[in-house]
Amino acid sequence: MITEFFERLFIGTSRGSREDVKRRLKLVLAHDRSTLNASTLEKMRKEILVVVSKYVELDTESLEFSIKTDSRMTALIANLPIRRILQSESSL
Amino acid sequence: MARVIVITSGKGGVGKTTTTANLGMSLAQLGYQTALIDADIGLRNLDLLLGLENRVIYTALEVLSGECRLEQALIRDKRQPGLTLLPAAQNRNKDSVNSEQMKYLVSLMEDQYDYILIDCPAGIETGFHNAIGPAREAIVVTTPEIAAVRDADRVIGLLEANGIQKINLLVNRLRPEMVKSNDMMSVSDVKEILAIPLIGVIPEDECVIISTNRGEPLVLEKKLSLPGVAFENTAYRLDGQQVDFIDFESYSKGPLKRLRNFFLGSSAT
Repeated sequence: MITEFFERLFIGTSRGSREDVKRRLKLVLAHDRSTLNASTLEKMRKEILVVVSKYVELDTESLEFSIKTDSRMTALIANLPIRRILQSESSL
Repeated sequence: MARVIVITSGKGGVGKTTTTANLGMSLAQLGYQTALIDADIGLRNLDLLLGLENRVIYTALEVLSGECRLEQALIRDKRQPGLTLLPAAQNRNKDSVNSEQMKYLVSLMEDQYDYILIDCPAGIETGFHNAIGPAREAIVVTTPEIAAVRDADRVIGLLEANGIQKINLLVNRLRPEMVKSNDMMSVSDVKEILAIPLIGVIPEDECVIISTNRGEPLVLEKKLSLPGVAFENTAYRLDGQQVDFIDFESYSKGPLKRLRNFFLGSSAT
């Protein structure tokens, strides 16, 4: 802080904004790029359902599957209500 | 078979139309038959930058509706006969044309031209999808500013998702003195963030506004300005030639500094 004061006093300028803009841009792009498009999401949904259905019988009427993004992170939200456990698979 | 290249950016006001006009004129000067298509329906500008606004009678829409033949809508530039403009309609909205119709227009033209440049509207909605539909390559125009680079990144993603693999970057309105004082992203900063090949760097200059006022693209001037040289170099690179990028920092200051650079050589690399 003191060095900053002397820098301003003698050099007459504050630290440039170039590093600020790069840092902000990299953060915002990391966030932008993490969004999935609809077709990828649908493909992923189908594949996950195939895997889960090997072990349990799902209630296919009330499945929920979505991508949620807030300011900090992106999360895949899946709500897969189970009707019953498939006995043959669970005994393995 | 023409190289069909869309000039796009996402954000408005970064210089898509200026780029289209100058690259098109440069390519025509290199001896290529070049057609420019204004895909910004409802906000027609390309004719103005080329100084051809008084010659617009028919537009792409009348060609599509069968009111005229393609040849009647095409405007051949009298200063440079290798350059042809297909204007957009001004009194309609963007939904008047669809992607298939744009592809049809290009298919009518691609045998007669070496280059077809499509000037894309701002945004990523219908007009954008119409403009990129027929394109096999893209030039993404951005300025070294946070909003423009973010939008450029989005557009690059959309181009790739639509099967356009060959995407080049043009950084416009660079202010070298601001980069030097660490108050603007450098060209290499932008290039590193967007991670696509660089094809051109255009410095900010008042002469760009003057040339649009007159309707004379920069590359038409007898003694080229710095942005004029930069656009011409971009056209050479598009044509596959190796041209070094200009070191704008040595040009950025007044005559004294330039004189010093002349005698002592530029220290910047």
